[in-house]
Amino acid sequence: MARAVTNRRKLIVTVAAWAVGIAIFFPILWTVILSFKSEGDAIKTPLEVLSSAWTFESYATVQERSNYVRHFWNSVVISLGSTLLGLIIAIPAAWAMAFVPGKQTKNVLMWMLSTKMLPPVGVLVPIYLIFRDVGLLDTKTGLVIVLTLINLPIIVWMLYTYFKEIPGEILEAARMDGASLRNELIHVLTPMAVPGIASTVLLNIILAWNEAFWTLNLTAAKAAPLTAFIASYSSPEGLFYAKLSAASTMAIAPILIMGWFSQKQLVRGLTFGAVK
Amino acid sequence: MATKASRAAARVMISPAVLLLLGWMIVPLALTLYFSFLRYNLLMPGMEEFTGWDNYSYFLSDPAFTAALTNTLLLVGGVLLITTVGGVLLGLLLDQPFWGQGIVRILVIAPFFVMPTVSALVWKNMFMNPVNGLFAHAFKALGLAPYDFLSQAPLLSIIGIVSWQWLPFATLILLTALQSLDQDQLEAAEMDGASALSRFWYIMLPHLARSITVVILIQTIFLLSVFAEILVTTNGGPGTASTNLTYLIYMQSLLQFDVGMGSAGGVVAIILANIVAIFLMRMIGKNLEA
Repeated sequence: MARAVTNRRKLIVTVAAWAVGIAIFFPILWTVILSFKSEGDAIKTPLEVLSSAWTFESYATVQERSNYVRHFWNSVVISLGSTLLGLIIAIPAAWAMAFVPGKQTKNVLMWMLSTKMLPPVGVLVPIYLIFRDVGLLDTKTGLVIVLTLINLPIIVWMLYTYFKEIPGEILEAARMDGASLRNELIHVLTPMAVPGIASTVLLNIILAWNEAFWTLNLTAAKAAPLTAFIASYSSPEGLFYAKLSAASTMAIAPILIMGWFSQKQLVRGLTFGAVK
Repeated sequence: MATKASRAAARVMISPAVLLLLGWMIVPLALTLYFSFLRYNLLMPGMEEFTGWDNYSYFLSDPAFTAALTNTLLLVGGVLLITTVGGVLLGLLLDQPFWGQGIVRILVIAPFFVMPTVSALVWKNMFMNPVNGLFAHAFKALGLAPYDFLSQAPLLSIIGIVSWQWLPFATLILLTALQSLDQDQLEAAEMDGASALSRFWYIMLPHLARSITVVILIQTIFLLSVFAEILVTTNGGPGTASTNLTYLIYMQSLLQFDVGMGSAGGVVAIILANIVAIFLMRMIGKNLEA
């Protein structure tokens, strides 16, 4: 920026920006603080909360009482599983559309996107009944399948926009040197595509981890990931703020960290390349 | 450039994705459509029979549908208004040079990564609870009576929670768009004596128009399907005060086991979502050609 910025102006903007940033982040910060308090202290007035003793007891209780680790593991399996399965299906498709575009490529891409616009509640009943009949209700396999399918259009689109940016000449050079289609894919394209694939993976793990329509409707106690497990805190008995905070902190921490690394890709992935 | 062989290979590579999505779309859609013309309740198995348009006329004439449709529009509209206006303002603020830009950016986008059930429960208990919530403590400190947000203003409270989740998304996209604005143009306008307001109105806003449209359309798709936030805060109540279309259909299908009626509702929801989708698809399609 060429314009000279006075320090005074910069100071004012700094104060305003930090104030807004902290205000927006505050609910998360407060949850983390409460997770290190005892149940009795967690419901006191803010000043009393801050001056009370710090403790890890809620983290221990959450695990003991509800087998937290299992739900966490379910979330890991479901989000990683659906992302990997999605990649396996999407990489060849995106590769083909980016490097061997045909007349229909654009239509296929747009059609894939249109499946994403289908409101989930519109197909809730049939999916629920099919899952009930084939025994997929409350299984990790069932959720992996559903989340793979709902995120597949985003995976294909993101990979497609990244693959488009790989210069075609490199592939042609490889072809001239006699590389087979398979070798071209493995030795030339894949290394160049790794950054794009990595961002796609990151965004999709985030989306799958936080998905809260299908996970709530298709699971009960057994396969429930964290989204559904945390929902069970909506009708609690007695004091539970500290435990809710501890469970929540553990549920959002990994994704928050991943999300911060994928800010840029987030824009691109969620706007289907419309904003870069 | 593309040979016949590579064309054929390309088709083979695309087909798994296409076939899976086709199956995922056609099978449930056809079933939803089929169920919507049946009298079909899971509590009365074996009693299914064709009822024509009955489910639709019951669903559409149910006062709960009118309430849910109004709530859906208010929820989507309210959140869109807050997040786009807020997003533009925040984008403008964060686009200025200041100390600690990276950290503030991280703080601002954080809510987007919080799972819906967590953010809804945190707001419900730690903030909006009329006895122990932070707002209640603040009201008491000011000598006011505590306010029970979720039972006295359920829809507004949910709009607030959902806006908190989506403001980062709007901000991030609009900030990205602002950063691509040509600075020379702004400086030239400033030298010519254009005020800050007219620079915003005549240069920045037109530049942002496209991104604002994208934000509105994409958020609308997601906001039409808000579910978890309602499930864990109000269960759609009191009455139908915070029931949106998605939640109403969920209640009819999985709580009242009325598959026929739920499916008719599902078809209505699909039609509504499609109206928005058509506009979004056009925007993205145009971008694909450019």
